Amino acid sequence: MNKQSKDPTTAPEREAASADATRVRREFLAKFGSGVFASLLAPALAGGALPALAQSPRRAPGALKMPDLPPETEGEDVVLRMMRELRRALAKPAAERRWSMVIDLRKCVGCHACTISCIAENKLPPGVVYRPVMEEELGKFPHVSRRFTPRPCMQCEKPSCTAVCPVSATWKRADGIVEIDYDQCIGCRYCLTACPYSARTFDAGHNYTDRTPENTPALVDRARAARYEQTKAHDYGKEWGREPDASPIGNARKCHFCVHRLEKGMLPECVTGCIGHATFFGDANDPDSLIAELIGRPNGMRLKEELGTQPKVHYLL
Amino acid sequence: MSTARKGADRLFWFLALTGLIAGLVGLWTRLTVGHASANYGSYIPWGLWVSGYIYMIGLSAGAFVMSALVFVFRVKALERIGTLALLTALTTLIGALLMIWMDLGHMDRVWRMVLRTNFGSVMGWMAWLYGAYFVLLLVEFWQAMRLRLVLQADAPGLAGTLCRILTFGNRDASAASRRRDAARLRILGSIGIPLAIAFHGSVGAIFGVVGARPYWNSGLTPIIFLVGALLSGAALLAMVTAIWGPGKEDGDNTAIVVLIGRIILGLLAFDVILEWAEISIGLWSSLPAESASLKLILFGHYWWVYWGVHVGLGILLPALLLLFAGKRASAVGWAGGLIAATFMSVRLNIVIPGLAVPEMEGLRDAFQGPGLSFEYFPSSAEWLLFIFAVSTAALLFLLGKSLLPVVDHDANPDLEPQLQGGPGHVQ
Repeated sequence: MNKQSKDPTTAPEREAASADATRVRREFLAKFGSGVFASLLAPALAGGALPALAQSPRRAPGALKMPDLPPETEGEDVVLRMMRELRRALAKPAAERRWSMVIDLRKCVGCHACTISCIAENKLPPGVVYRPVMEEELGKFPHVSRRFTPRPCMQCEKPSCTAVCPVSATWKRADGIVEIDYDQCIGCRYCLTACPYSARTFDAGHNYTDRTPENTPALVDRARAARYEQTKAHDYGKEWGREPDASPIGNARKCHFCVHRLEKGMLPECVTGCIGHATFFGDANDPDSLIAELIGRPNGMRLKEELGTQPKVHYLL
Repeated sequence: MSTARKGADRLFWFLALTGLIAGLVGLWTRLTVGHASANYGSYIPWGLWVSGYIYMIGLSAGAFVMSALVFVFRVKALERIGTLALLTALTTLIGALLMIWMDLGHMDRVWRMVLRTNFGSVMGWMAWLYGAYFVLLLVEFWQAMRLRLVLQADAPGLAGTLCRILTFGNRDASAASRRRDAARLRILGSIGIPLAIAFHGSVGAIFGVVGARPYWNSGLTPIIFLVGALLSGAALLAMVTAIWGPGKEDGDNTAIVVLIGRIILGLLAFDVILEWAEISIGLWSSLPAESASLKLILFGHYWWVYWGVHVGLGILLPALLLLFAGKRASAVGWAGGLIAATFMSVRLNIVIPGLAVPEMEGLRDAFQGPGLSFEYFPSSAEWLLFIFAVSTAALLFLLGKSLLPVVDHDANPDLEPQLQGGPGHVQ
């Protein structure tokens, strides 16, 4: 986009335009933030409305209107920029995209907001985690620091987890995301042993409400608390409940770059949930994208690069 | 049957029945609570059940290869235990398959292993090899018994009825049919040897190909699996023969048991050499990732499993028994029983330490939750289901040897005629 043609020529006009852009951005972020917050709380609060929501038919990805974005401005929030670039990528055939993530370890403060927002977004049960943050203490007093390394699925270009699956229930999609077909997966957990990053976890069927008392006068008894757990997850764009012996219980599970959000024009939850803008996302095949710019930096690295798996998650040091 | 053998027989019936009853609790828990009752999870995804599976599948492969010494290589000295070896192989295979089936996250989808196979995966191949081996074992077992089924079809009682049914109407006991039986058994056994090697090699390869686990990732892994299978299977057969083998008194089957004892002594020596190669090379490796699992085995929290159970009871004591009392059937039987029973520790020490070393050290404390741990000890539900699978296999064996004509106590030449049909006897 040609920003020069939009630049106002006089100082008062520039100030007015800047103030306008700030107001629009703030309005957008307020709405956006409220939306995220509401989405986290709604399942727990919705009560009786939930079953109706949970049973609503799945809509085709294209049928949903993508969120409105404010006009592009200079120096706008990187989240907005990444959302624009996301739309640009979605307009291309899937095979021409290469979804990638960059995590700036200098910006990560170890708040674990990405871990928690991921759990809330994907309704993850106990024992299943898509994006833990590893913590290390470096140096000795008085020169001590801590390093925080979030570890999502690396969405490897050459994944070692897919080849071992005995029933072809997991594969690399055209856009590079490694997918698991929960309905096909037999739960042998071979892929868990084969992933060099321990990025896959096993959904053994635990629930947060497993030992919650029934019918107690407590504020939240089992029946009430379990509503959260009955909320459908949307891994890989399908709806998944928590019925015993039904997928995803008994399956291997892992981070999927929130594909259900991507196809609706939204960034992965860990990106929008990061309080320090330490996680970036986009199409690495788009040379004008922020992600391509960051991947090209010389202070970048990937985990266990020597294995040749070619992760699509990059770290900035 | 002598008093000692009768006592052992009763003891095993008691253990198998008690184990089955206790194991039913484990089965119930598995079917109602699922994997939530297990202590394995995301970081240690395979536990006691997978170890139990490779243990029993090894026993099956080893026992089968011993049967091939009879039906393919025609080792005359062992010919009276050929069918017994096949029954051992079949029942341990059933126990192993039961164990791994229960281990699946979705037991109802097991059919996909065969009908939706990914042949790029070693595990995909394994499913087909198992299927083929299972069918072959059933057919060969029946073929090995066929003549005795015919000869005992008129016997009274349940055993006679069962024999009549299993003849499937074919009462031919002529010399020509015996020659035909021998030829068929040789063909089946000849197919079975490469199949047994392939399927157990593929079990080893499942571990060997995992590049993410330095402890497993070795070309030696499938070989170690195979030798371990031969050793543990032959050892089990030594015990089985000493207790239920042909002969009414203790001394009657001494020659057979002693010969198996010599075989397992050789296999034990070979297995120790391979183990030494694996441990010494791994420990001398300059990469901690390679040696970390071995250090866990040798000096970790469960060091006693290696030094006490495996080395003490599984190598040293049996070796002493075989070396200094190898001509006594009871001593060889004890040695075989010790090796076969303690081999479970070898299988546990393959599966667990390979997973208990974090691939990324920071994950140890990164997030808490069930299954997100690098410490593992099987839960009571896991033990009970394991006991259920082992007891089921044991009970099937005991029923088989009681109801089917697999053991010839009278040494009647008419009852071991399959081997008379062809040339190439080895004394």
